[in-house]
Amino acid sequence: MEGLGEAEIMIVVLLILIPLLTGLAAFFFKDQRSVRFWALFSSVITLVVSLLSMTLLKDPQWISFHAAWMESLGSSFSIKLDGLGQMLCLLTAVSYPLIFLATWQTSYRNAKQFFALMLLAQAGLMGVFLSMDALLFYFFWELALIPMYFLCSQWGGEKRIAVTFKFFIYTFVGSILMLVAIIFVHSMTPDNSFSIESFYSAAIPHNQQDLLFWLFFLAFAIKMPIFPFHSWQPDTYEQSPPATTMVLSGVMVKMGVLGLIRWLLPVLPMASWAWGNVVTSMAIVGMLYASLIAIRQDNLRRLVAYSSIAHMGLMCAAIFSVDNLGLQGVMIQLFNHGINIIGLWIVVDWIEKTTGTRKISELGGLAQRAPALTILLVIVALANIGLPLTNAFPGEFLMFSGIMGSKATIFYAWFTAFAGLTIILAAVYMLNMIRKVFYGEGNSLSAGIRDIGWNEKFALGILVAIIFALGVYPQFLLNMTEEISGFLLGKTDVLHLIKK
Amino acid sequence: MFHIDSMKLLLGFIVLWPLAGFLINGLGRKYRSKKAIASYACSLIFASFVVSVFAFFKVNSNGGEVIHYFDFIRVGSLHIPFEFQVDQLTCIFLLIITGVGLLIHVYSAAYMKEESQEHYGRYFSFLNLFIFFMLILVLGANYVIMFIGWEGVGLCSYLLIGYWFKNNEYNKAANKAFIMNRIGDLAFLIALFWLVNKLGTVSFSEVFQAQNLQRLSSGDITIITLLLFVGAAGKSAQIPLYTWLPDAMAGPTPVSALIHAATMVTAGIYMVARSNALYSLSSLSMNVVAITGLATAILAATIALKQNDIKKVLAYSTVSQLGYMFLALGVGAYSAGVFHVMTHAFFKALLFLAAGSVIHAMGGEQDIRNMGGLSKKIRITFITFLVGCIAISGIPPFSGFFSKDAILLAAFEHNKILYAVALFGALLTAYYMFRLFFLTFSGSFRGKPEQEQHLHESPPRMTVPLIILAILSLVGGFVGIPAVLMNGGDRLSAFLSPVIPIQTGETVSHSTELALMGISTLAVIITIVIAWLNFRHYRMKEEKGFGKILENKWYVDELYEQVIVRPIAWMGNFFSSIFERSVVDGMVNGVGRAVQYGSRQLRLLQSGQVGSYVLLMVVSILVIFIIQFFLRK
Amino acid sequence: MGAMPVNYYIFLSLALFCIGIVGVLTRRNAIIIFMCIELMLNAVNLLLVAFSKMHHLKNMAVDATAGTDGQLFVFFIMVVAAAEVSVGLAIIVMMYRNTHSVDVNFLNRLKH
Repeated sequence: MEGLGEAEIMIVVLLILIPLLTGLAAFFFKDQRSVRFWALFSSVITLVVSLLSMTLLKDPQWISFHAAWMESLGSSFSIKLDGLGQMLCLLTAVSYPLIFLATWQTSYRNAKQFFALMLLAQAGLMGVFLSMDALLFYFFWELALIPMYFLCSQWGGEKRIAVTFKFFIYTFVGSILMLVAIIFVHSMTPDNSFSIESFYSAAIPHNQQDLLFWLFFLAFAIKMPIFPFHSWQPDTYEQSPPATTMVLSGVMVKMGVLGLIRWLLPVLPMASWAWGNVVTSMAIVGMLYASLIAIRQDNLRRLVAYSSIAHMGLMCAAIFSVDNLGLQGVMIQLFNHGINIIGLWIVVDWIEKTTGTRKISELGGLAQRAPALTILLVIVALANIGLPLTNAFPGEFLMFSGIMGSKATIFYAWFTAFAGLTIILAAVYMLNMIRKVFYGEGNSLSAGIRDIGWNEKFALGILVAIIFALGVYPQFLLNMTEEISGFLLGKTDVLHLIKK
Repeated sequence: MFHIDSMKLLLGFIVLWPLAGFLINGLGRKYRSKKAIASYACSLIFASFVVSVFAFFKVNSNGGEVIHYFDFIRVGSLHIPFEFQVDQLTCIFLLIITGVGLLIHVYSAAYMKEESQEHYGRYFSFLNLFIFFMLILVLGANYVIMFIGWEGVGLCSYLLIGYWFKNNEYNKAANKAFIMNRIGDLAFLIALFWLVNKLGTVSFSEVFQAQNLQRLSSGDITIITLLLFVGAAGKSAQIPLYTWLPDAMAGPTPVSALIHAATMVTAGIYMVARSNALYSLSSLSMNVVAITGLATAILAATIALKQNDIKKVLAYSTVSQLGYMFLALGVGAYSAGVFHVMTHAFFKALLFLAAGSVIHAMGGEQDIRNMGGLSKKIRITFITFLVGCIAISGIPPFSGFFSKDAILLAAFEHNKILYAVALFGALLTAYYMFRLFFLTFSGSFRGKPEQEQHLHESPPRMTVPLIILAILSLVGGFVGIPAVLMNGGDRLSAFLSPVIPIQTGETVSHSTELALMGISTLAVIITIVIAWLNFRHYRMKEEKGFGKILENKWYVDELYEQVIVRPIAWMGNFFSSIFERSVVDGMVNGVGRAVQYGSRQLRLLQSGQVGSYVLLMVVSILVIFIIQFFLRK
Repeated sequence: MGAMPVNYYIFLSLALFCIGIVGVLTRRNAIIIFMCIELMLNAVNLLLVAFSKMHHLKNMAVDATAGTDGQLFVFFIMVVAAAEVSVGLAIIVMMYRNTHSVDVNFLNRLKH
């Protein structure tokens, strides 16, 4: 049983440790080819471990880990894989190999640093999704962000410095506000500890909840991003190297959602109910706003960026419905949105590489030249607008049901109706993009191109397979979220709290 | 013991055959010959049809069933199973979809043969996928499964309208169809969310239970039914969401026949008929359905009077006929609506396919002003088209007569004004259909000489489906012969009675019923004669005044463009180029600029002059002293 | 000395201190500024000594060592001033060697 005992400790730590160590090791590689293989290898191992932790080794003692860290401050290194964590770790683990594969042909200067930073960011992401200690959470939050700054500023487009600066200032302000809020809550916990249980049991007076709520919310809203704190995002997505954009938009924005679900709602339930209407209105205005902008975008990357803002807005609105259906919808959508948007980025990246432009108005008629790409893109785009039997539909259905059934607001019908308008607008901008870029007569830009290579085909093929599998049988994901959703809602039950 | 539920298997096969066809043809489109592609597609639909016939007989003897496959979504108390429900209503639609679908597949095999192999495969895979989703739509045992099919057929419609994707106008039409459908779909979805929250279930068997219906307030029911109707209006092209259907004629003609005439557009009628238990509880919704249906019927008929594209006339005719079906639903005659769906599927599919045959003969020409005198050149098409025209005009004993008469009678029982307007619409129908007929087939040929050379009858694979559909258009009405004409009549209503309870209200006397039939038949015949007098020898002339408004479809498209599309585009532009730049970015940059400005001003203090530093020190000390000794009390 | 009121000392040292300040503010020659600073320091020294003496006379009966700490401070200040002079003069000499001037405004290039 000795060996088993060891595995008990390792399995969940491995999720952080593998990318961390392989990332550090990547600094010492010599040539681009080998470091690329190394990164792919590492990410595949992480994927295997993450799958194992969800299937064979999912007993409680395997998936939680606790060690002394900074005892005097009341902080410990405690990580645990709950349903929400499973969902996001799986997303991180699935997306990394696909991202590496899809950008296989892209060559980077200082490739070893690029891949090392990518892997370090993965370690940070895993840590954010797993940590059950507020200080540890903050630590990993920064660990995930710092490599991103370097990735954007070193390998980005021509306006990268200005854009990274904007990104940095935005997220840094958010992080600092969050740190202040964490320390504030820490001072109010009964046992002066940073652990999540103490945070949940902290008795925070009503008037102070309001202030704390906005501190936390700003941090997470910037990360997601929620209107009107989004203006870093289209710029950053436009200027970052494609692989980084995929990580940023597919996985990293989920840190904000996770923060809302795990660190805001149950810690400050009163304020969440009190401010629910305001926040939901902001999210829905943002959804409409971003969708309208997306309709008029001529830049492929910005189009995808704004469509992402709209989707994140829906998640935010559903979270503040404080409803079981809505919350579970958000949780499965975290995964599905990541899959879909990575698919879109792969296509956008390919178009940019082969035709040399990202302007929709300059493109046209790609379908004749690249039928395989067109089919895969159409599927991904349809998933992105939430067509039934694709993965996004169950999530959106549940989120809307949650908003409609929300007991936290009296405007539920209006919220549903206005948020629902984005269903129409999403179809408008996605289909128009497909029409302008892929259909119609070809032009000089599309004349000489050839269809996507094996690596893109493989990556997109896997994404499409996931899209259909989870669209037909979403229960696979819903089984993961059932328990954690109930648990978190129990913590957020304001009526119960008032009685107490 | 391992037990095979035969119905489970049967229904599974009905759905899986077309899906298999989609996958085989879609993935293997580069590797298979056109012949193989067509035969796969047709034989799989045929298999599906055969199984549907089995299912029909089984339901006829054993009644309806609900068959559970797996849990689609199970969250908390909400349980949405992946279930199929097969009952009398479903069976009729199954037979229409697979039967008419099969004929149209066979027809397509010849019609599309000019396409390259790869696109030929693509076409048939889409067609099979459409049948798959349409079957899911009618088989679904709850609203969510229905919605899967609902959006799925919309998708296939989109793909097939834009089948010739090099033509940007066609692609725009495809987008328009999808987006307008999405507007309806949103309403459908909101109705579902409402149901989920009020009842916690979307399964038909549970929603329509009496005790569940009692849990809904009348306001809830009205909202749900109205929202569902908006969904139906989107899919079935009713006011105000009808403008996509005429544009959808950009797709290949068999697609128009299958999707935009016979099957998909009747999904809205299916949905309302399926939800009859809900609708019957809200008289407001019923009135809205009836009036919208009738208004659409008249509006589309007036537009059809002045259209010159053979397919556009048929498209507006479809919109108009769909309006009649909604009128039937709205006055509570659900089975009459379903009956008209069935007969309409026959004669409208026939008309479209025959129109396809005409277009084929004319070498792609669709403008009826350039046709004329085709009756001798393409005999079979001519005869079958005539059958279709008679059937849609409603002359006994053709199928359209019985179904339209059932609707008119129901309208008469409900409200005399509705009846009068509906009858007027029926006359318009006869008028524009025979205008189309005479312009196409009688008089002298008005096209180019080389087109006249090219004129030829279509191959048997196209004419045989035409003949079969013509026979069905002739006899299809017999399943619903009213009781007044035949002993043991009204068989269809009796067959549907487990799903759609027969109304037991006051009915008109038999003599009135017969008189109404006589009046409508006579009026239709007179109208046809007028059409013959007007259009037997057609000469081209410019439309003026009211005719021009009709030719331009009451300028509804232009109105939508001005009222909806432009403002949205304007808002998008405003947000992206002004608001985003100056307000959102402006706020952020403003903070940055304020900091920079502040530091620039502060920087001036650091002059490097020792004297100024010392002065500053002295002044500051003095200020501190003053505060300390004089101000602080 | 005992007959002289402490006010005289205060006015004298205040005058010295103000002369020093005005000198520092107005003059540009580093050496003169330096001398003015010394003047200010010595104004403070004078004040300290005066107060210390006054304190001592007042409390002699109670405490024999009263007021000595003021005198001690003066020594500290003198030591610091001496150290300052040595460092400061060294800087001024270096400055003169480099720029051939002891004008402090010449040093404002440090800000660049």
